[in-house]
Amino acid sequence: MFDNFPLWPDRASTAAGNVDALYIFLLIVSGLMTLLIFTAVVYFAARYRRQQGVQAEQIEGSTPLELTWSIIPMFVFMAIFAWGAVVYFKGRTPPRDSTEVYVVAKQWMWKLEHAEGQREINELHVPVGRDVKLIMTSQDVIHSFYVPAFRMKQDVLPGRYTVEWFRATKPGTYHLFCAEYCGTTHSGMIGSIVVMPPAEYEAWMSGGTTGPLSATGEKIFAELGCVTCHRNDTQGRGPNLQGVFGKPVQLADGRTVIADENYIRECILDPGAKRVKGYQPIMPTFQGLVSEEQLNALVAYVKSVSQAGTAGAKTAAVVPPAPAEAPSKGSKVQ
Amino acid sequence: MSMATATAPPVERENYLNKHYGVGSWLLTTDHKRIALLYLMSITFFFFIGGFFALLIRLELLTPAGDLVQADTYNKLFTMHGMVMVFFFLIPSIPAVLGNFLVPMMIGAKDLAFPRINLLSWYLYIIGGVMMLHCMLTGGVDTGWTFYTPFSTAFTNTKIVEAGLAIFVAGFSSILTGLNFVVTIHRMRAPGMTWSRLPLFIWAHYATSIIQILGTPVIAITIVLVAVERTLHLGIFDPKLGGDPLLFQHLFWFYSHPAVYIMILPSMGIVSEIIACFSRKRIFGYGFVAISSISIAVFGFLVWAHHMFVAGISVYAALIFSLLSYAVAVPSAVKVFNWTATLYKGSIRYDAPMLYAFGFLGLFTIGGLTGLFLAALGIDVHVTDTYFVVAHFHYIMVGGALMGYLGGMHFWWPKISGRLYPEGWARLAALIVFIGFNLTFFPQFILGYVGMPRRYYQYPPEFQVLNVLSTAGATVLGVGYLLPMIYFLWSMRYGKPAPDNPWNAAGLEWKTPSPPTTFNFEVEPVVTWEAYNYEEIDAHPDQEAPSVG
Amino acid sequence: MSDSPTVALHTEAHNPALLHHFATEEQQRDSANFGMWIFLSTEVMFFGGLFCAYLIYRRWYFGDFAAASTSIDAKLGGINTAVLICSSLTVVLAIWAAQTARRGLLLAMLALTMVFGCAFLGIKGIEYKDKFNEHHVPGASFSFHEEIPGHPGQYANPQHAQIFFALYFIMTGLHALHMIIGLGLFAWLLWMAWKGRFTPEYHTPLEIGGLYWHFVDIVWIYLFPLLYLIDRHK
Repeated sequence: MFDNFPLWPDRASTAAGNVDALYIFLLIVSGLMTLLIFTAVVYFAARYRRQQGVQAEQIEGSTPLELTWSIIPMFVFMAIFAWGAVVYFKGRTPPRDSTEVYVVAKQWMWKLEHAEGQREINELHVPVGRDVKLIMTSQDVIHSFYVPAFRMKQDVLPGRYTVEWFRATKPGTYHLFCAEYCGTTHSGMIGSIVVMPPAEYEAWMSGGTTGPLSATGEKIFAELGCVTCHRNDTQGRGPNLQGVFGKPVQLADGRTVIADENYIRECILDPGAKRVKGYQPIMPTFQGLVSEEQLNALVAYVKSVSQAGTAGAKTAAVVPPAPAEAPSKGSKVQ
Repeated sequence: MSMATATAPPVERENYLNKHYGVGSWLLTTDHKRIALLYLMSITFFFFIGGFFALLIRLELLTPAGDLVQADTYNKLFTMHGMVMVFFFLIPSIPAVLGNFLVPMMIGAKDLAFPRINLLSWYLYIIGGVMMLHCMLTGGVDTGWTFYTPFSTAFTNTKIVEAGLAIFVAGFSSILTGLNFVVTIHRMRAPGMTWSRLPLFIWAHYATSIIQILGTPVIAITIVLVAVERTLHLGIFDPKLGGDPLLFQHLFWFYSHPAVYIMILPSMGIVSEIIACFSRKRIFGYGFVAISSISIAVFGFLVWAHHMFVAGISVYAALIFSLLSYAVAVPSAVKVFNWTATLYKGSIRYDAPMLYAFGFLGLFTIGGLTGLFLAALGIDVHVTDTYFVVAHFHYIMVGGALMGYLGGMHFWWPKISGRLYPEGWARLAALIVFIGFNLTFFPQFILGYVGMPRRYYQYPPEFQVLNVLSTAGATVLGVGYLLPMIYFLWSMRYGKPAPDNPWNAAGLEWKTPSPPTTFNFEVEPVVTWEAYNYEEIDAHPDQEAPSVG
Repeated sequence: MSDSPTVALHTEAHNPALLHHFATEEQQRDSANFGMWIFLSTEVMFFGGLFCAYLIYRRWYFGDFAAASTSIDAKLGGINTAVLICSSLTVVLAIWAAQTARRGLLLAMLALTMVFGCAFLGIKGIEYKDKFNEHHVPGASFSFHEEIPGHPGQYANPQHAQIFFALYFIMTGLHALHMIIGLGLFAWLLWMAWKGRFTPEYHTPLEIGGLYWHFVDIVWIYLFPLLYLIDRHK
């Protein structure tokens, strides 16, 4: 499976090629620079070795030279910065229709749950050629989800979601490492990313599941009583969540925020922090009452009621309750 | 065969070493030179402790499995290696030893501005060191030297508070040293010693002192917050209690990034002195080199979050810090070019100090260039938290700072001890260090890019070959460091007595006897010449430098 | 050969307070002052980290911080502010007394400064006791159930309020520690003044002690509005 003595990591994602290109460029630039300095030092040291009767020549300096070797490196550095920034930007912007996988890190294992419902421990099966977005949080300390073959890494924090994405290009099994020191078995918190051709992946997917994550979320949504206030119309004591996800929300304190994963999570755990305008501060906190996995399921559910149905896609912002409002046209989630 | 040195020394002249005898005269001294030696003994002690931990780390990493020590022990080893080396060796080393010894002498003063505070500084270092030793002996710490939260505040049960307080106390030592240097350099220069006549060693220490003064208090308060949070279970950094772990990282790196410039700037100052002396000419672009030290100190405060590109900061913050990190690279590059240009049309000798300076040029260049890799956002995502970073900072701190320190110790050893070290052994040691160093750390760049994370106790088998190479290099490197220990000690008893200026070097410190008297100068010098006036010195060779010690 | 110090000294009489590594009294005085200013800059950075943490959390949890701030006694805080400002005045007067050789006034002003300092600490102690009684001290027995000012019916998040109080105690505690050190310093200065060590030509310890005291005062001038006066108009 793995080489005996690799000097270069596998290239298994679309990002890998971009990162490698910049790296090779830097290797060349650094190599040349190193060669230049080494050669100059060795040559000068030999050529100007102390000899009887030969005095050193006192050269004060040369402002043009100083400016040259300040400005030219500056331009080279700016080029490297720009290139690195472009690669970074691409790597940090998940494409719109990525398949989502929720990751919960804990000392010392990775728990993963596909949006379709498959659960994995320390292993992640993905299809070749599909954009996969990881929505990650930690149960305890800071970890970091690192796949060298994809050239991607993102710290996984307790208390919030962080996101990374990739598109695998080559079937195979690749290392997954935890890259932020997290205690005793930090170096044992490793796993594999299994990249499969699409047909094989579909086969693997259909092998037993508890149903999509959003369905689990819908169940929890009902069990915890969320549905009593967050109704599918405008009569609820809480905002209608249909079409909310991913759109701007006006808050009671005047700010406007985007309803992303972190916002949904924060609303569940600390409802007063970013209360929606026009609603009373009556939502109880669920801190300590929901696990990370349950939070992931709830977030997946809220997302799902924004993707399904046309009304969800058209609503620009959560509207404060008004007396005569047309009932929402969003279709129910399956 | 040298003419000036006699084979049998005459009745020993009174100097700072033999003026008073007895432990009390050392422990209560206010002589900056004696305090420098007190520091020399202490930091050497901690260097070997940190080095011992490194040895154990590399031994464990010979095999992919975790089979030498237990996982928790390994975690403590790399943590203590980092804490001891950073806070108890690298940060004090050059300023507290060579800086303390030379700053007053180079500017023509009798002592630092605050000699008693200087002694206090050493005692604080010792107290911090004893606390750290006690902490290590009674269980140690396993958070990594960066002690990120919430692991360090709410999860680990090792002795964070004690280690933190040890570093807090040692930090005060650092602050006071910096304070002393800044006031001294401003107020105690001899008549005629204008700012533009100062040796570059002084400029480097001035810049370092600014960082020590302004940066260290921030990590001090960070340690206080961590200690309070841990003890009282508060939520300043713990998300479960409403806090933010990233706030810790910002506060930590706000000091710890400038700290790396505390570690490298003094070494750059030494390299300037050595290259000038052994090329017999003024440093090319003196003004630019001086200003670049100050620029590095200032810009160094603006780049801290380049340690946090994947930590969860916003993309826009990352862009700004990446940009600024490239800006801070420019003055360092400028220095390397200036040093190289100094060699041009020089009259060069390959004495041990110069070999260390050459080694510095090569290794600092590589280390600095790999910094460009890390500052590139796209690449950093892949290599941060891997052995690539480990290799990068060891190239700078060991290949750079430590090489400079050793070069400086060799260069000024005759002045400090009144003895010559054995030149043949010194050149051999320099070569061994250079070879051992590259063998240890170059494979780690490759290891990092193929994906081996840092702080790993066990690793996949395909990483073994590179790890074995690295460990082999480490043993060679260890030999290279032991040699100077041995022959410096040997020279104190058996070394040839040194003339006042064995290198015919420029600088006021060389106008004193070797070793100097307690008050350095019998008559206050009046400076009428520029720094590095080698043309003048070589026009009047009143003393031949010995060819081999 | 003896290691005689620079020829300039000992051939002329000098103030016994002049240390031998300095060439002149002016150099020594300048160095001492400069050194104290640099030390104060380290103190600014030290408190700065705390202020930074405070400002960030205040922005994030403004309502909760406002509620917590309302629950600490701004009257006592205000009195303390006046006490410290007066103490800075007495420090300045003490230095003037030394400059003009007024021994009695010098001793009185130094003593009065210490009285003000003790008064400050005493009032602080009362405040801390109140917080302890109200269970606002962070830790196991912390409890906070207050409304956010301007939002009747909405209660502050106790976790966020606890962060406020944690920072409150750490910041004012650190400040109080500096006050105590200041008192020790001034006790020493008082003793030196009693012994007649200060003259119009030499009173550097007073000057640098005074600088330190003024700094501690200024830190409080920032702490008071930041901690005590959030959203008080509501």
